[in-house]
Amino acid sequence: MAANTRFFPKVAFSSPIMDSIIRYVLMILLALVLFAVILLISGQDPIQSYIDIFATTFGNAYGFSEVLVAMIPILITALAVALPSRVGLINVGGEGQLYIGAAFATWGALTFQHLPAWLLLSLMTLLGMLGGALWAFLPAYLKAIGLVNETITTLLLNSVAPKLVGFLIFGFWHSAMDTVKTDNFVDAAKLPTFFGTRVHLGLVFALILLVAFWAFMKYTRWGLEMRAIGGNAQAARRNGIPVKRYLIIAMCAGGAFAGLAGMAQTSGFYGVLLLNFSIGLGFMGFLICWLAGGDPFGILLMSFMVAVITTGGNMLQLTRDLPYAAINILLALTLFVVLAKPTFFERKKP
Amino acid sequence: MSLLSILGVFSSAIFSGTSLLYTTLGEVIHERSGIVNLGLEGVLLVSASSSFAVTVITGSPFLGVLVAMLAGALMNMVLGYLVIHRKANQLATGLALMFFGFGLSAIIGKPYVGMRIDGLPRYALPGLEGLPRLYASLFSFDILIILVMPISILVWWLLFRTRWGLGLRAVGENADTAFASGRNPLLYRYQALALGGLLAGLGAAHLAIAYTMNWTEYMTAGRGFIAVALVIFSRWHPLRAIAGALLFSGAVAFQLLLQSSGAQISPFLLDTTPYFLTLLVLIAWGGNRKQSAPASLGRVYHGSE
Repeated sequence: MAANTRFFPKVAFSSPIMDSIIRYVLMILLALVLFAVILLISGQDPIQSYIDIFATTFGNAYGFSEVLVAMIPILITALAVALPSRVGLINVGGEGQLYIGAAFATWGALTFQHLPAWLLLSLMTLLGMLGGALWAFLPAYLKAIGLVNETITTLLLNSVAPKLVGFLIFGFWHSAMDTVKTDNFVDAAKLPTFFGTRVHLGLVFALILLVAFWAFMKYTRWGLEMRAIGGNAQAARRNGIPVKRYLIIAMCAGGAFAGLAGMAQTSGFYGVLLLNFSIGLGFMGFLICWLAGGDPFGILLMSFMVAVITTGGNMLQLTRDLPYAAINILLALTLFVVLAKPTFFERKKP
Repeated sequence: MSLLSILGVFSSAIFSGTSLLYTTLGEVIHERSGIVNLGLEGVLLVSASSSFAVTVITGSPFLGVLVAMLAGALMNMVLGYLVIHRKANQLATGLALMFFGFGLSAIIGKPYVGMRIDGLPRYALPGLEGLPRLYASLFSFDILIILVMPISILVWWLLFRTRWGLGLRAVGENADTAFASGRNPLLYRYQALALGGLLAGLGAAHLAIAYTMNWTEYMTAGRGFIAVALVIFSRWHPLRAIAGALLFSGAVAFQLLLQSSGAQISPFLLDTTPYFLTLLVLIAWGGNRKQSAPASLGRVYHGSE
């Protein structure tokens, strides 16, 4: 099933940028061809399906706005992986941090309903980030004192967080009508949307974070020291950089990002806290960050591409009578092809 | 609370724990060879949906079990090709495999949602014929439950008492050294993934055509990740994996018991206990090298020149 990229002709262009663009186009084409085969096998017309996907995402302004909506959470969770990765930490726990952030923000939304919107939303944003950061603290601390690997602990806590949220919804917060969700948030607790679409303020949060992350890494002393730790923690420690403190802060900051994604998703997208509202947003962020090599611009491009695919999947469900989850195949095939790269990234190793 | 309800709880704990134990055993094998498979969730889903589909079409649950095993092994081969041959990152590839499984199983299973099947036949335990019918039916098990303990011991024997197992563990600890001593790390890893896939397929088959006997989208509900956690809990040992699966089943059973006795403890909180226990185990053994993960777990083997 996986693509054998050696089938590609060895195209040698003079400019490396042109070269890598062509390689990426070839990779995506390969993924599209593989998915077309699966569509054919399940009795669908692949060409018409691709026209549907394209038409719903780029065909009109509303469709394009839906792509942006889908991009918000995964862009932020990708940054939640990218920041800790600069000090060499692997944060697989975006999913759990997202849930806890959403829960903290929801607590704020339900408790302080009568505050004015600007105050309530700022409070919820801070609470969401606090929740995510707290959820990341235990793995960060255990790693910093050299006891347990952070990959394992963040992964374990992923499975715990949705259950805690379920406990809170079932036990305390559920609405009178329905035990799997809270009451709808009051208007003051919903992030404002733009131009009558579902694009909400979370997009601005995401873009600000992206630019801030890039500038922080490139232009500040702390960014330099973090890259030093990621390069060689021993050497950084000998040079007097407080490695432990950086590890804990970087991981907690990553958690705070993911918590913000959870807050944006509940407050901006749903306007209510649902049981199991995310199946894999945090994991998707991990994949995006990994494929982009932690590079901010790459993260933006990859999350946009993933958002196009998932948004197009909605249309496939409506017109092609395919289950919504089917679009995950195209997504995964794209990821497989990119992951099977070895020769592809050789030039631009970070 | 009657004796019957207590026994019923134990019976359902055994049923829900079996698929988990098979899956955990599979993950133990390939983690011992140095490959962590985060896509287990997707592997289980594809195995479960295809085995259910085959059982509906052919009416033979045994054929369904066979197809589940093959599907599990094939899914693991996708992972194997990417992480062994193309040297891709294991965590990212595993997660991509999970999404692949979400999609593929949804397409495979869609025509069969809501259908009923005759699951694997159940056999009464010998010596229980004298019991009332209701009691005996609680303790009549299908072939996969009966085989799960022998297979755990078989996996232990394979890993710790055969030359192949020695080679496999050597590859997992240090692929270069294993290569230098005349073993082919790539081959061992493919073999481990294939075997692990077969076992995960057994687990998925038990879930779909012996325990729940239906197919719904995302029916595994996190079992793949529980299995990954249980591998860590059992510290990469097949026999301790039995204890891990019992722990999980025990939590399920305890939860059902509490519910039937009317106690007010949230099932959500009880569900988290296996994870917290795993965390505690990790912290308790954290400093001890002898009990830690296979040394080259997650590393790419680039080959020796």
